Amino acid sequence: MKIVVCIKQVPERDARLRIAPDGKSVETAGVATEINESDQYALEAALRLAEGTGGEVVALLLGPDAAEEAIRRALAMGAARAIHLNDAAFQGGDASSTAKALAAAAKQETPDLVLTGLQSDDAGWSQTGVLVAERLGWPSATLIMEIESPADGRIKVKRELESGWFQWITLPLPAVLTIQSGIYPVRYATLKGIMGAKKKEMKKLAPSDLGLDAADVGAAGRRVELERLYVPEKTAAAEILQGDAATAAAALVERLQKEAKVL
Amino acid sequence: MAGAIWAVTQTEKGEPKGVSFETIAAGQKLAAALGRPLEAIVVGAGVGGAAEKVAARKVDRVRVIDDAKLDPYTPDPYAAALRAAALAEKPDYLLFPHTYQVRDWVPRLAAALDAGFVSDVVEVRVDGGDPVFVRQPYQGKLNADCVFAGAGPRVVSFQAGAFLADDAAKGDSPAEIAGQAVDLSGVEIRTQVLDTFQEVENKVDLSRADVIVAVGRGIGKQENLGLVEELAAALGGQLAASRPVCDNEWLPMDRQIGSSGQTVAPRLYLAVGISGAIQHLVGMKNSGTIVAINKDANAPIFSVADYGIVGDLFEIVPALTAKVKEARGA
Repeated sequence: MKIVVCIKQVPERDARLRIAPDGKSVETAGVATEINESDQYALEAALRLAEGTGGEVVALLLGPDAAEEAIRRALAMGAARAIHLNDAAFQGGDASSTAKALAAAAKQETPDLVLTGLQSDDAGWSQTGVLVAERLGWPSATLIMEIESPADGRIKVKRELESGWFQWITLPLPAVLTIQSGIYPVRYATLKGIMGAKKKEMKKLAPSDLGLDAADVGAAGRRVELERLYVPEKTAAAEILQGDAATAAAALVERLQKEAKVL
Repeated sequence: MAGAIWAVTQTEKGEPKGVSFETIAAGQKLAAALGRPLEAIVVGAGVGGAAEKVAARKVDRVRVIDDAKLDPYTPDPYAAALRAAALAEKPDYLLFPHTYQVRDWVPRLAAALDAGFVSDVVEVRVDGGDPVFVRQPYQGKLNADCVFAGAGPRVVSFQAGAFLADDAAKGDSPAEIAGQAVDLSGVEIRTQVLDTFQEVENKVDLSRADVIVAVGRGIGKQENLGLVEELAAALGGQLAASRPVCDNEWLPMDRQIGSSGQTVAPRLYLAVGISGAIQHLVGMKNSGTIVAINKDANAPIFSVADYGIVGDLFEIVPALTAKVKEARGA
């Protein structure tokens, strides 16, 4: 089976973020990046499925030149080839305009499955995968914790619901699944994989290659405008109790007894 | 009603889920600020009882979309039902709680309506002009002020706890309940539900606990849990955890606090070695008194805590257990 995996490059989890002079984005210079965490799990799930069914995994990424690093990593982990939606017109999109471009690119591949992470660690819309499904006219399922090999044109997956509940469902292929972090341990890229990645195909596409108008994608196609990005004010800053462990512990117990009256 | 604000509730086993009242509270605020009517939408199969409970809140009308195809939940008929209702009534805003179920089908609805969708909103500001919706991207490290662009309906989902269910004012008399007819006969349900189940037997109901001591990634390994258990015992509290601890199977899933676990509001909540990712905070931030113990002074958990101790939990927790025992005369 053929699987397209949508991946996104995001700042590393512990990166120190600085607001850019435009007040609407973060500085990218000197900030270490990685493949979005749940997208790594989506890639791992795709590789396992493809290995089990003798299929092909295609990595799909929308982003600037610098995002090639994430693509190389996906290829090193085992994706067969990659598509890079890399054009000035694609930049600055919201979930809606980004999904439009991803769906158009996925459609050209006529895959059996499209996998995405459940949400990005930067924008965190948790919409893109399902938006892609609706644009493609395909069924979708979210927060997937387990995937069984497809049979009779349907795929069986386990969804995570809230409060410790789960659900087994089936849906017809082609379909879109958004993957929950933790589904399977993510493999490391081997040295052989890293060397091999250099020879793999990385196709760069612009809106016109997808039959899209530049006005439909990226910043021009946004339905939601980001007015301002800023560091939140600390409203209820905690009283930090000082001193060594015993002193701080004694001060805390006193506060809990006399101020909060919870002891 | 054209121009109305719709608060779309979520039902479970015929009852409105608690977060639905948070959405109504958000809707009341937005409706008052914009001078628009507020309508609550109840969707499901056999949800007449839920509609009556919703109608007790101060809304201008309750619209009920009741169809056998809406049980069990699957995304196709839900998106089709709301799309048909929205095209017929032309509301300006569709508000939702940002639940796992909403994430599963509302993006589909937004795309089908060609609507903008601002998800996981924590605050709304109306400064005279267009409403500003505040989100917390970069895992809660930054705030983002968002506004809608272009025409068409506007879809918003609110983070759990951003508004309080108790703030959803009651009406002087029950609101009118109207059936909203939608034709779902042509809608194909592509998802087939095989089994819905809970993985953990003997589930611990942490929502009833008076005192909770929760432990996170900072505990390092399972063998270290004893330290925190002793503190919980000294306080007469329940032991709980953040997601990484349960993912590593150091504690069972039924001890997990947060968006994928339980939501709690005990009198006293101690977070030990928990940095405070938003997924954890939504499950505990309404607790009475919150204490955080963490080695990172910049950890987000300190922004919701009342008291904090910055340092090595392996020194602080035993010292605290000793002081608690002393104070309680044990």
